[in-house]
Amino acid sequence: MIKIDNLTKVFYPGTVNQKVAINGVNLHIEEGEIVCVIGSNGSGKSTLFNLISGTYPLTNGSIAFNDTDITKTPEYKRAQYIGRIFQDPTKGTAANMSIEDNLITASTKGMKGLKISLNNEKRKVFSELLKPIGLEDRLKDNVGLLSGGQRQALTLLMTVMSNPKLILLDEHTAALDPRNADVVMELTEKYIVEKKLTAMMITHNMKFAIDFGTRLIMMDEGEVILDVKGDEKKKLTVKKLVEIFRNIKNKEFSADEELLNV
Amino acid sequence: MIEGIFVDGLIFSIMVIGILISFRVLDFPDLTCDGTVATGAAVATITIINGGSIFFALILAFLAGTLAGMVTATIHNKFKIPGLLAGILTMTMLYSINLRILGNRANVPLLRIETYYSILPEKFSYLNSSIAVLIGTLFVVLIVKVIIDIFFRTDLGLAVGALGGNEQMVISQGMNPEYLKLLGIGVSNGLIALSGALLAQYQGFADANLGQGMVVQGLAAIMIGEFLFSSNRISLITLRAILGAIIYKTLMFFGRKYGYLINITPNDFKLLTGVLVIISLWVAKSRANASDRVAKKNAIQKTKK
Repeated sequence: MIKIDNLTKVFYPGTVNQKVAINGVNLHIEEGEIVCVIGSNGSGKSTLFNLISGTYPLTNGSIAFNDTDITKTPEYKRAQYIGRIFQDPTKGTAANMSIEDNLITASTKGMKGLKISLNNEKRKVFSELLKPIGLEDRLKDNVGLLSGGQRQALTLLMTVMSNPKLILLDEHTAALDPRNADVVMELTEKYIVEKKLTAMMITHNMKFAIDFGTRLIMMDEGEVILDVKGDEKKKLTVKKLVEIFRNIKNKEFSADEELLNV
Repeated sequence: MIEGIFVDGLIFSIMVIGILISFRVLDFPDLTCDGTVATGAAVATITIINGGSIFFALILAFLAGTLAGMVTATIHNKFKIPGLLAGILTMTMLYSINLRILGNRANVPLLRIETYYSILPEKFSYLNSSIAVLIGTLFVVLIVKVIIDIFFRTDLGLAVGALGGNEQMVISQGMNPEYLKLLGIGVSNGLIALSGALLAQYQGFADANLGQGMVVQGLAAIMIGEFLFSSNRISLITLRAILGAIIYKTLMFFGRKYGYLINITPNDFKLLTGVLVIISLWVAKSRANASDRVAKKNAIQKTKK
């Protein structure tokens, strides 16, 4: 599905601030895989997502989607098949518009025409879709009035609605309180299964990364340092994961241990 | 007299709707407006003087304004400079262009020439002439309002609205934000030019300095409108912009008429308009803070049920 070859991203090249954020990453993700991405802060997880979705231009390497080279495709075109949810719940929805207007904008991907698609039939469908997140009676309310958890759940719904092939979840529950985080995570699982989505998810929770999904990638200093799937992944434990990390890096990482939320 | 204020306010309201689209819907602080009002006036005046029909003059003015807006949007899109600067650039360039359109004169009168406002009293000769002018203006404003209301309910219009609220969302939904900005800023300036075209015919001349300070006046009108009622429905948002425009012109009228009593002259109006905008901003800010707290509380309670 997605084929990343020798991907490199250097920020501020040629200045004192030069930083290699992604260093020659090769990654092939098959259709239907659910990949958890872990790693300490600054290891390049979010940059990787930004490169896949096209937010940043890459410095070197190539990205192909279903055998089509998308290295130079602009972000809005990639968005036709790559859905993305950010950590910040305000990024996925337009606060100044009502829930139904947000949903209608998300119901088809790509440029819109001079057609009025919003009608009572659509409203009925929307209110049905909104039931699991308890917003079925609030179609006409502005999204700005919703809580972070509700907005993130709505974002998830909107992203899934337009049938992307791949979804990128960038710690999408990290900014929510535990109860809402659980709700959004449950929905995520439900949609991934229902819609048979391919997914990549950044998380800081190692235990979760082990239990969830079919494949686990660990990143450090812009490189993929661990890539396990199938039975190998099932046998992983948090303790083992920490050990692997330690062995590969061959360094003490007491500071990182705190960050990784063991 | 009272009809005069209404006509003034209604012509102004078309421009206010234009400014509403750029500043409020798109969240794009577009200063092109100061130049496009005069462009609209100049294009319409020259078209009419050269024998073009009034309808054609209005359409041409709208298109000229749209083009100017698209220039601003293109500068902003292609060179990645802030919208504010892009607008100022276009506005400054427009000043020279407007003088060119007017044949290198700063002021071109429309005397003894058939304009929209001279044919209205003839067509509706059974009405009082000032009433006829009022109805004629109201007619144009209603057409503009209905078209804009419908446009912002279409999928494309909603996408333009979403762009103002959250550009990332528009990108995530697979739309090119540059194209939407081109469209939004274009339509916005088209309306502003249309307003200028009507204004030139109403006051009987086109002036290269017509647009000076129009953005701030338009903002003042939008903010007055926002005090009237709050809504997220586009038909009500445009309605309150129109009402705000009329109220603003009424205030200015009384300022001109009775201002001398407290030693205020029309020279002070720009200062007063600015102060009005600042006060509106301050009141709106404190009101938003208060209603935010209430709304959040309600939202949390609703989900708990």
